[in-house]
Amino acid sequence: MSSFKEFKIKWGMAIDLDKCTGCGACMVACQAENNIAPQPDASNKLKSLNWLVVYELTNGKPFPEHEVAYLPRPCMQCGKPSCVSVCPVIATDKNEEGGIVSQVYPRCIGCRYCMASCPYHARYFNWFDPTWPEGMDKTLTPDVSVRPRGVVEKCSFCHHRFMQAKDKARVEGRDPNALNDGDYVTSCTEACPNGAIVFGDVNNPAHKVHDLVKGKYAFRLLERLGTDPQVYYISRREWVRRLGDNYLENEKVKG
Amino acid sequence: MDKNYDLPIDAALFPEGCTRCSLSKFLVWIAAVMAVFGWGLYAAYRVLAEGLGVTGLDDYFGFGLWITFDLAVIALGAGAFFTGLLRYILNIDPLKNIINLTVIVGFLCYSGAMLVLVLDVGQPLRAWFGYWHANVHSMLTEVIFCITCYCLVLVIEYVPLILEQKQLNRNKLVHAIAHNFHLMMPLFAGIGAFLSTFHQGSLGGMYGVLFARPYIARDGFFIWPWTFFLYVLSAVGSGPVFTVLVCTIMEKMSGKQLVSWEIKSLMGKIAGTMLTVYMVFKLADTWAWANDILPRSGLTFDQVFYGWIYGKWLLWAELFACGVLPAIILIVPSTRNNRALFYTAAILDCIGVTINRYVMTVQALAAPVMPFDSWETYAPNWAEWGASAMIMAYAALILSLSYRYLPVFPQEVKLNK
Repeated sequence: MSSFKEFKIKWGMAIDLDKCTGCGACMVACQAENNIAPQPDASNKLKSLNWLVVYELTNGKPFPEHEVAYLPRPCMQCGKPSCVSVCPVIATDKNEEGGIVSQVYPRCIGCRYCMASCPYHARYFNWFDPTWPEGMDKTLTPDVSVRPRGVVEKCSFCHHRFMQAKDKARVEGRDPNALNDGDYVTSCTEACPNGAIVFGDVNNPAHKVHDLVKGKYAFRLLERLGTDPQVYYISRREWVRRLGDNYLENEKVKG
Repeated sequence: MDKNYDLPIDAALFPEGCTRCSLSKFLVWIAAVMAVFGWGLYAAYRVLAEGLGVTGLDDYFGFGLWITFDLAVIALGAGAFFTGLLRYILNIDPLKNIINLTVIVGFLCYSGAMLVLVLDVGQPLRAWFGYWHANVHSMLTEVIFCITCYCLVLVIEYVPLILEQKQLNRNKLVHAIAHNFHLMMPLFAGIGAFLSTFHQGSLGGMYGVLFARPYIARDGFFIWPWTFFLYVLSAVGSGPVFTVLVCTIMEKMSGKQLVSWEIKSLMGKIAGTMLTVYMVFKLADTWAWANDILPRSGLTFDQVFYGWIYGKWLLWAELFACGVLPAIILIVPSTRNNRALFYTAAILDCIGVTINRYVMTVQALAAPVMPFDSWETYAPNWAEWGASAMIMAYAALILSLSYRYLPVFPQEVKLNK
């Protein structure tokens, strides 16, 4: 594994799973914001594109102890991304201040090695040509490039919004590398009706997310594999936290 | 000069002193091969025209039949570089009697794998990016470099054989070129051995470095995960007997003996020795994986198998029925020289390496890593089978033409007197 950069700014998310109702507004917002083409037949969920997927978790117990939780899964923007070192053509990189893992569509050759490497299934392949029903092309987000058939894509933490926030700061005479909390948020964060998703710089104590990720009930998915994700989850329920990683029978869950 | 009108019409092109079937019989066979090729060509056209959506691949199984096929044929094609190494560098002279076939089989395996890769990448027109924008940290970059370079080496090794065709070789210049190519062959055998060792290893390394996929993740030595070394060993432990199997199929189809039993037995001994070494390390690797990597990842041995399709039987079959058993048969002289046992072991050996490439490719992706994720299953569809069949047909075509017109087997005349 090659070494990765450390960043002064680290954009991250804290998703409170106890607040998430599984409504899917984040998924819809993500699709609209990031120009994900609707598919004529999206019944095969393993061939349809969603940068963010909401998983349903259950505690596996029968009624009345049965409980469910919903887990939105964007790209984890890993600190040590398994996908970056494997890409043969540097079509994906973690090299920009903020620590967002990029995906360069015109560079990608579509070998899908990055998809094989990602245990979160955060990467998606364009199996078909993207087509928009007549008139729908007018709703495309102008700052987000559309992707052709045959390349891999993934959540970019709405990177274009990061660019916009930095431009705005420059115009207003502020330091673009010291954005205020809320200057830059992803579309899923904005769309969540319950405020379950909090987005910001996890390294900046002035950002709300900074404290949330240090909380007793915060955890990350598959932490023990060493991917060092920048997406954190919060749940006060022990069984939910236990589903965040693989544990042997005798191992205790943190928190 | 009187002509013998009983001979096939293209008899003047046959290797010196060799007989072949009639041209019409040969063309019937070629027509059958071309029918399969045509089906594959249609599948390839559909894939290139409509995209990979027409295949059975999906976001969980980004790698499937084609990658398994590639990895398997590249392993089985290792007979070329390893036999070349033994013949030209270590001077094991009897191998000259099968070296031409190993070169052709190697060339077919590598060029076939590259043809499949053209279909398998989403953007084939960008394939050259692998050179232009190379990521030196990626094992796949090394695979791209070595496979393409080694395929060129195999072309260079194949060319003198073509130039030695009876009629072509009458030309003085062609004769001189063929002769000089032969003189340079130890150099190319050396380059081939270097390139091939590294990319066989890199193919294994490609999987071993996936540290977030506990099914295939492996520790290793320096930058190389253990799978790097295991892939080299398994390839040289199966490639030589694969060439023998191809030879035997050609013998059955032509009704002639093409290579003496002693040479086949020697190839079996070479493969058996390497397979034995491989099995020692593979068993140790499996034990370390089950007792260290899996528990370290929070997983148990039972959790990485699923139902019948990805069941433990695959592992046991790979390790014992298609690993330890053929290794024993091939290294013990008495069993190796029993032809039925020899061929059984050769077939099991090739099946074993194919199972290994399959589970490392497909089962690794089927196994869920997130605890709330589910096992998914993969079945290739007609487009993938078709394209793979196209490569088999391509191989059959080249082998048929080579056998009919090129002096592939030095022992053929003597063995069929």
